[in-house]
Amino acid sequence: MQSMFSGSAEDTTAFDRRQAPPFWRDPAKRAIVFQVVALGLVFMLSYWIFTNTQANLRKQAIATGFGFFSKEAGFEIGESLISYSAADTYARALFVGFLNTMKVACTGVILTIILGVFVGISRLSKNWLLARLAAGYTELLQNIPVLLQLFFWYGLFHTSLPGPRQSFNPLPGVFFNNRGFYFPLPENHPAYREMAIALLAACCAAYVLRRWARARQDKTGKIFPVVPVSLGAVIGLPFILWLASGMPAGLNIPHLVGFNYEGGFSFSPEFGALLLGLVLYTSAFVAEIVRAGIQAVSKGQTEAAMSIGLKPGLVLSLVILPQALRVIIPPLTSQMLNLTKNSSLAVAIGYPDFVAVANTTINQTGQAIEGVAMIMVVYLFISLVTSALMNWYNKRRALVER
Amino acid sequence: MEQTSISLHTIEEVKPPVTSIGVIGWARKNLFSNILNSLLTILIAYGLFRSVPTFIKWAFVNAVWWSDGQACNQASGACWSIVTKNLRFILFGFYPYEQQWRPVFAIVLLAAFVFFSSFRRNWNKYLLVAWIVGLTLIGLIMHGGFLGLPSVETEQWSGISLTLLLSIFGLSAAYPFGVILALGRRSRLPAIKTLCVVYIELIRGVPLISMLFMASVMFPLFLPEGVTINKILRAQVAIIMFTAAYIAEVVRGGLQAIPRGQYEAAETLGLNYYLKMRLIILPQALKTVIPPTVSILISAFKDTSLVVIIGLFDLLRTTHVTLSNPEWMGFSTEAYLFTASIYFVGCFVMSNFSRRLERELKT
Amino acid sequence: MFRNVKLQPPPRERIKDLRGRRLINSTLREAGENNKMTYQATKTPDKVSTGPIIRIVSMHKWFGEFHVLKDINLSVDKGERIVICGPSGSGKSTLIRCINRLEEHQRGKIIVDDIELTNDIKNIEKIRVEVGMVFQHFNLFPHLTILENLTLGPIWVRKLPRSEAEDIAMYFLEKVHIAEQAAKFPGQLSGGQQQRVAIARSLCMKPKVMLFDEPTSALDPEMVKEVLDVMMQLAHEGMTMLVVSHEMGFAKSVAHRVLFMDSGQILEENTPGEFFSNPRHDRSKLFLSQILH
Repeated sequence: MQSMFSGSAEDTTAFDRRQAPPFWRDPAKRAIVFQVVALGLVFMLSYWIFTNTQANLRKQAIATGFGFFSKEAGFEIGESLISYSAADTYARALFVGFLNTMKVACTGVILTIILGVFVGISRLSKNWLLARLAAGYTELLQNIPVLLQLFFWYGLFHTSLPGPRQSFNPLPGVFFNNRGFYFPLPENHPAYREMAIALLAACCAAYVLRRWARARQDKTGKIFPVVPVSLGAVIGLPFILWLASGMPAGLNIPHLVGFNYEGGFSFSPEFGALLLGLVLYTSAFVAEIVRAGIQAVSKGQTEAAMSIGLKPGLVLSLVILPQALRVIIPPLTSQMLNLTKNSSLAVAIGYPDFVAVANTTINQTGQAIEGVAMIMVVYLFISLVTSALMNWYNKRRALVER
Repeated sequence: MEQTSISLHTIEEVKPPVTSIGVIGWARKNLFSNILNSLLTILIAYGLFRSVPTFIKWAFVNAVWWSDGQACNQASGACWSIVTKNLRFILFGFYPYEQQWRPVFAIVLLAAFVFFSSFRRNWNKYLLVAWIVGLTLIGLIMHGGFLGLPSVETEQWSGISLTLLLSIFGLSAAYPFGVILALGRRSRLPAIKTLCVVYIELIRGVPLISMLFMASVMFPLFLPEGVTINKILRAQVAIIMFTAAYIAEVVRGGLQAIPRGQYEAAETLGLNYYLKMRLIILPQALKTVIPPTVSILISAFKDTSLVVIIGLFDLLRTTHVTLSNPEWMGFSTEAYLFTASIYFVGCFVMSNFSRRLERELKT
Repeated sequence: MFRNVKLQPPPRERIKDLRGRRLINSTLREAGENNKMTYQATKTPDKVSTGPIIRIVSMHKWFGEFHVLKDINLSVDKGERIVICGPSGSGKSTLIRCINRLEEHQRGKIIVDDIELTNDIKNIEKIRVEVGMVFQHFNLFPHLTILENLTLGPIWVRKLPRSEAEDIAMYFLEKVHIAEQAAKFPGQLSGGQQQRVAIARSLCMKPKVMLFDEPTSALDPEMVKEVLDVMMQLAHEGMTMLVVSHEMGFAKSVAHRVLFMDSGQILEENTPGEFFSNPRHDRSKLFLSQILH
């Protein structure tokens, strides 16, 4: 009687062939088939869309490609950070739009963080009035669509701001009218350049001071009041220079020339409405994030820190904030991205940001696909860069656990 | 060091110090606990004292409620007539005047459904069926064309009807799509995973307005000659695509929170992928992420206002259009305040529900 | 106990600062051993205290209208060890939390080391430095290493140089038998290990009194012993301890007095032997019958 395990070559291969499942039950093969089918479907859909698009574009005699970049734009842009006229190319016009978007986004991010942190902390204040006001602020502004808020502020500016000749003049040199908001700017004086250098130097000195104070504390245990001293240097040094150069106080005051104001520092009602609406809306979300972050640090941490004898200021900076920031930074970054994406709504109130300029370009050249693709690529680029930075920061700061 | 035990005399009722309880105690603790707080309270109280009466005077005392544009121009207070005189246009847009009871009925029905669903004890299989039936019913009532109800094409649905249509239908269709994307993203098959990741990251990185532009100008180019899809449907598709990506991320979070043991137990029972997901994993995951899903619904509700930019007549656009009437020019504040309050009530109710739900699910 | 001791830190690789990479090499263990020797050196006599180290006189506390502590009178001498037990909600935790001002009392006096606890911040801070506390849920700082957890107080409150603070920290880590974990983070340790670190953290401030708020209640049973061993070691070295706990074995072996509290009052106070064998109050009898089954 031959044993089952006789080991002859023919037997084993027959054995193997019997054991291997048919390919439709083999998980690995099924996976490949499934993926091929899925990719095939996607490919077929893309192909169908592609051929339709080609046919339609040909029928409507619309150009393809990005050749329009070097063509003359032929439209004016309301406000621009760099010089621009209707004779410049579309490429330059789009760049102007991009710079305007960056202007709104950067200013908006800074103001939102300041306002949001302030409101978030107020929400946790022991003062009942302040806490309730902050809660009302976040509830109200979170639940109204941002576009509606933009329309509201823009409408308010248009209905209540007078013409240039009857401008509001709340403070000397400050004028509000329906062409814009005008503020006096210090006149160009050589002392200001020196003051700027002094400011920079003071900041560097503050950084060096901090490192020195830390080393000193490590060695001797004595704590050096870094913050007051640095603050004093950063404010005091430029101030001394200002005094020394004769206290120049010349102001470039906006003055009426014909129908408009000139001089000083100004921004348009469109920019004002966009900034105000975006900052108020996003700061409500940031306030909630800050509040949640601070509350995420358990009360026991504060108690433990206090029972070692740490003063409240040190409890905050050494124990609470490091832990709270870990919880706050990721959602904060996504809110900042939301702000940048929401700035695209500028097209609805007439501020010439990137989307608005791209929209005009689409309307004039008829090249919708390139236009929309451009918009998506630009915002995608901003999003991906920010997400990558945030992921890198998160990995560095993650709490180490088992 | 005494060795005695404390005697058993009862401590007579001792009241806490007067300054630490009652109204005075509350005020001391919450408003005037230290110098900074007291200063703050005084400052805020002063600010309120200056601003609130002025606002009330403008909004209510000196306001004009029912007259026409001219009287408004002469009044010093708010002109609420812009709302009252144009109410039906703001709310219902181009829906035929005599048939406007139908959207009202539809909204009441929807509100009743939502109210009923907000109590967790009513959640079961039948609720889902009831919702599907209810939504179809609402759709039929709005559209008409049977039983003597004149037919009203979807192009004419405007105002609140369009807002609700876009958000509710958008979320309902986006939800299964988003769940599939989330499952695909967690899949081990590289092609599927890549497709899903690319889709999700692409959509989440671009503003909704670019999707709406894509819908309004690019979609017509994608379709073969002679086939047209009305603008509302195109916008709806864009909103669905957009919302699905966000739902996918939220559901992915829920799937990650399910312990590995659940997957393993399901596999040990011999369930295949479909049954495993349907019976074990998804019910748990989806329940966990209901609060973030509701917040996506709130965002979708607010984001429908963006269709203003591509020319559809939702609630915001109808408001915007009343202002271009020369009779009502210049009263944008009142009109927008009214519309804002509608959005606010809707979103506030939903977010309160979500918070209550989160509390219930946590305990 | 270990006041005013001049340390000669042995030459060794310095642990990098809070922001740099952490390096621990084997010389740390040597450091611990060296420190043990150095610490046993000169011991200046303590200030002669003029009475009990903790005195609570007619103390009342309310949470709003709820009278949570009623007419507490307690006197604790230096070196005394007191265990406070009672049903939950009796106010035991609130009582010891009042001693380091984590809770405020509304009436009566609390005097710690001849400093009265009032709203005066300076007094509160002085008292908190002398009173150490160990919590039920450890409350270690998760974003700092074990070593940094321990050196935080000495560096920022006692204003010691970093090397001295680290030596003290390593000494106490050795004492609680956890020195090899100095470079890890709290999240990487077990519950029993974390609680021992928490005890070491309080000891680094060299307090005169140690308060324990149910230190073993949140631990798995197999880890309770390691923490109790550390506490007993502390007791044998003469530390004044107030312990809120249900560990009756611990009370029997090291406590000088057992306090039984219920509904905010101290109902019974006795030596452990007397308390466990002859409880006098009805409620103490009931409580003991429920625990000792």
